[in-house]
Amino acid sequence: MNSKVQNKIAIGVLYGIAGLVVLILLALVGYILVSGLPKVSWHFLTTPAKAFLKGGGIGIQLFNSFYLLILAMLISFPIALGAAIYLYEYAKDNWVTNLVRTAIEILSSLPSVVVGLFGFLFFVVKLRLGFSILSGAFALTFFNLPLLTRSIEDSLHTIDDKQREGGLALGLSRWETVTRVILPAAVPSILTGVILSAGRVFGEAAALIYTAGQSAPALNFMDWNPFNISSPLNPMRPAETLAVHIWKINSEGIMPDAKAISSGSSAVLVIAILLFNLAARYLGKRLYKRLTSA
Amino acid sequence: MSKEILTTQDLHLYYGSKEALKGINLNFDEKGITALIGPSGCGKSTYLRTLNRMNDLIPGVTITGTVQFKGEDLYAPNADTVQIRKEIGMVFQQPNPFPFSIYDNVIYGLRIAGERDKEKLDAVVEKSLRQAAVWDEVKDHLHESALALSGGQQQRVCIARVLAVSPEIILLDEPTSALDPVSSSQIEATLLNLRHDYTIITVTHNLQQASRIADRTAFFMNGELVEVDQTKNIFMNPAKKQTEDYISGRFG
Ligand SMILES: Nc1ncnc2c1ncn2[C@@H]1O[C@H](COP(=O)(O)OP(=O)(O)OP(=O)(O)O)[C@@H](O)[C@H]1O
Ligand SMILES: [Mg+2]
Repeated sequence: MNSKVQNKIAIGVLYGIAGLVVLILLALVGYILVSGLPKVSWHFLTTPAKAFLKGGGIGIQLFNSFYLLILAMLISFPIALGAAIYLYEYAKDNWVTNLVRTAIEILSSLPSVVVGLFGFLFFVVKLRLGFSILSGAFALTFFNLPLLTRSIEDSLHTIDDKQREGGLALGLSRWETVTRVILPAAVPSILTGVILSAGRVFGEAAALIYTAGQSAPALNFMDWNPFNISSPLNPMRPAETLAVHIWKINSEGIMPDAKAISSGSSAVLVIAILLFNLAARYLGKRLYKRLTSA
Repeated sequence: MSKEILTTQDLHLYYGSKEALKGINLNFDEKGITALIGPSGCGKSTYLRTLNRMNDLIPGVTITGTVQFKGEDLYAPNADTVQIRKEIGMVFQQPNPFPFSIYDNVIYGLRIAGERDKEKLDAVVEKSLRQAAVWDEVKDHLHESALALSGGQQQRVCIARVLAVSPEIILLDEPTSALDPVSSSQIEATLLNLRHDYTIITVTHNLQQASRIADRTAFFMNGELVEVDQTKNIFMNPAKKQTEDYISGRFG
């Protein structure tokens, strides 16, 4: 067999595999959307769930998902940013750094159920935070931190060392070079990483089941005092998220329209995550263009 | 005679155990252009980078000997590298503007140093870009990204960026080798323009360029300074056989 034929076969196989992947994705997303979208309505998106009756919505779960996401990001982003800057810009290549890197690697490969159970034992039980938004946000931080740190490190890596030399040669200190030259230049790619990880966090269920809890008490959307128990902003209330809700309905849902609610919720979840991905691409590109051209 | 601004005595530099500079004695008078020439790998860049302590960034580098700027030891324990690099600026082989607007590129050093006065910043931008002979080409799009410029324009913006922090010495490492001939001659014109006000030290592989712009030329080989003299003496009447061989293209 000559190399030309070999080449053709190899390319054919690769195309086949790539095609298959796309096909599977399309089929999956298509199925979820087709079976779920008919259920989705303004009413569905804004009303609370019902435990026994037909016609419940996912309003509170949806709000909980976003609130948890924002809290988790507020906690994990500064830490991840600091860690990434230290590791990439300052740390010498020695055993301490290697240890930290290895720890991050291991942390990022922990199954999220394990993170969830650890969160349960530590935050919920030991620190007595109970099933709460706060416990959930901490668990999500554990889940998110390693991935985000890696992604910010990768972003810093895309900035040419010539930029660092340029900054230092101009009489900027190392810190000034990092914060005033490297970080601004890396913003588009950091932002992309943050949004992508937001997508992952948004769809996470296992880490939350035993931390943020599986119940969604009624909220009073007129009460924005975070210290009141029915306030949406109260970080100490249990908060079932959308992903957890889907899991819950499918394992023990007893409302008559459980199947439809599960499909509808799945469609909403998938759409939200797709939007995160599209937003990441769009904003990243836009920002990059703004920085690099007119 | 004008006075010496920068002196190096018995300067040795080791990358790990490899000796890249083998005892360089070379002094620079205030103002004018000095060209550093020599075969590839002879230590020109290494030498240039010892003059504003850019070699500090490379792990495993050891430096002995003295480098003095206006009589002060650049390698003294309490020397401030940040301050040194403000007074001794550097331009690199590859143009490396920051991915910001032309305006921001030029005033970056000043702005970070805390200068907020808009009028003053505007004035510095214009002055620096004029000195770098690129003002006319960019004055209508100062707020567009510097990355949209041609390589030659980028390099001149990088020169302007250095000028804006008002250094006394400007180091350039093969500033034209990544550029086309037209851009190169514009950079040469820029340097000739600046030689009355700044002490300029430039590395070049282009011997014609050295002969066109440099007042003095230093010839390096194998980590040693072979000869330094007025440029015309180096090219017309070199004292050392190695210099003559190199100039006449017999090696390197
Ligand atoms: N970071 C480094 N680590 C180890 N050795 C180095 C390093 N940088 C340069 N060298 C070595 O030091 C010697 C001098 O290098 P240098 O870059 O100063 O030469 P140069 O004269 O500028 O050459 P060129 O004309 O090719 O730019 C070379 O042998 C080179 O291999
Ligand atoms: Mg060199």
